[in-house]
Amino acid sequence: MFNFLIRRLVVAVLVAATVMTLAFILTRLSGDLATSIAGPNATQADIEAIRQAYGLDRPVLAQFFDWVGRALTGDLGESYFFKARVSTLIAERMPITLTLGLTGLVIALVVSLPLGILAAVRENTGLDRVVQMVALFGQAMPSFWLGLILMITLGLNLGWLPISGTGSWQHFVMPGIVLAFSAIPALTRLTRAGMIQAMGSDYIRTARAKGLSRASILLKHALRNAAIPVVAIAAVQLGFMLGGSIVIEQVFALHGVGFLAWESIGKNDFPVVQAVVLVLAVIYVALTMVADLMNAVLDPRLRGP
Amino acid sequence: MSVAVVNAGPRRGWKSVSTWIGAIIVGIAVLCAILAPALVPHDPFAQDLDKRLLVPFWMEGTDPAYILGTDQLGRDYLSRLIYGCRISILIGVTVTVVSGLIGITIGVLGGFLGGRVDDAVLFAITTRLSIPVVLVALAVVGLLGSSMTLLVLTLGLLLWDRFAVVARSTTMQVRNLDFVAAAWCAGCSRFRILSREVLPNIASHLVVVATLEIALAILLEAALSFLGLGVPPPLPSWGLMIAEGKDYMFFSPWVIVIPGVALFVLVLGINLLGDGLRDLFGTHRTDT
Repeated sequence: MFNFLIRRLVVAVLVAATVMTLAFILTRLSGDLATSIAGPNATQADIEAIRQAYGLDRPVLAQFFDWVGRALTGDLGESYFFKARVSTLIAERMPITLTLGLTGLVIALVVSLPLGILAAVRENTGLDRVVQMVALFGQAMPSFWLGLILMITLGLNLGWLPISGTGSWQHFVMPGIVLAFSAIPALTRLTRAGMIQAMGSDYIRTARAKGLSRASILLKHALRNAAIPVVAIAAVQLGFMLGGSIVIEQVFALHGVGFLAWESIGKNDFPVVQAVVLVLAVIYVALTMVADLMNAVLDPRLRGP
Repeated sequence: MSVAVVNAGPRRGWKSVSTWIGAIIVGIAVLCAILAPALVPHDPFAQDLDKRLLVPFWMEGTDPAYILGTDQLGRDYLSRLIYGCRISILIGVTVTVVSGLIGITIGVLGGFLGGRVDDAVLFAITTRLSIPVVLVALAVVGLLGSSMTLLVLTLGLLLWDRFAVVARSTTMQVRNLDFVAAAWCAGCSRFRILSREVLPNIASHLVVVATLEIALAILLEAALSFLGLGVPPPLPSWGLMIAEGKDYMFFSPWVIVIPGVALFVLVLGINLLGDGLRDLFGTHRTDT
């Protein structure tokens, strides 16, 4: 178990280091950053001043190691536009993105677990096919469009929910539903497959032979085993949702981390952009690690020698 | 999995209705994409400010010359929809070609060579998955300016993970089969074994992945265009049409409903076809 943990940790650190390098290269893609920050009407002197003020006149490698060195101590640099520490900016906006992500995940689980169980119990019936259809529909739904449609129907026509902003918990319901759509297909399929596999196993046959009730067999024995991969994937899905929430934050004007990144891209505020890419990647890596650990704790077979 | 499980599902493969629906949707979309200039009733770029936001055929007061109405600049919506289909298909296919070349190459190499190479491939896949796709694609297009070529290359460089995962695992299965051993014994080169023995035997799996990737690329292009950092205007991308219609959606909801439904139906069709192909190939595998 200890070796497994160490190996997993080493890979995670290496991945984070690679993403850091890529994020740095990404923001240098446009060539001369000083020119693009200064804008089209800047004079040569303006550009020179910006280049010196932001340390862009140093060799690229020096800039890189400077950034990495500071990032390791938690210092992600300073935003050009907001005139504030990047870490403060991200910390301020993170609660909104996290709330959105968790709301989406909870909605996704509440929908997909019962659907998956239902489809597995009624395998190869009309009901099973309907559930699989729902998964396909979810997969084909453009999230930003669903958001707009919900705004028109639930927001404007029915007046049930606020259309945009972050004033109350109701503001997170619509974006949460939209975000959940991206995770529902995978979670439903996984629950269904896990339940089908569990229902065909020897321990379920034993449970049946003991004369246990159907509900007890399904929920206590089968679901407990089918849930292991689902819980693990749910953690990974949360990582994807946090990364993908940028579109939904934009649609619903939720000023989370994705919105911050979106604004910063438009303003060439590259310290913020590279920091958000890094932070989201690190969160994803951490969540996959949690998922792997959960798998290992719950299923001893995966720990290896 | 036993044979009984395979046979338990009635009406599988090409027989299944859903696969046919998918094939028909994809067929119509491909025809629209190819024949777009011949099909459109109006010039999709021609603006007519006297005919702004005309309503589509199912509403009161429609103009029969404009079946799906017009947008906020008086451009014929049907014509823009058909050209938008062309852009979606074009981007979906080209992105998948790029991502397929990358993903299949590294996946097959990892699965075939194993050892250190495979470790590196696994690491590349893990790293790729940790990168937030939408954000990075937005950043690249935002920094370098929007163009179709850039968009295709960016998405292609980001979406190879599923190809790599599937190519790697299927290559590992095929690598140990008897006919590969026979080819080794016959003195075939590594390249020949990869191209003549391994690739044809994993091709069916890769085709299924390709359909899913085309669908994903189309959705991502629409999302990026919606955010203003995808296909540059005035090109009629469906995502861009939804973005342009957003300001009018509370009074004229159909300006976002029409391109959104088109997008949904096309992606659904591709996924239905992909699922059908998976079943079809799956049955083939158990037959032989």
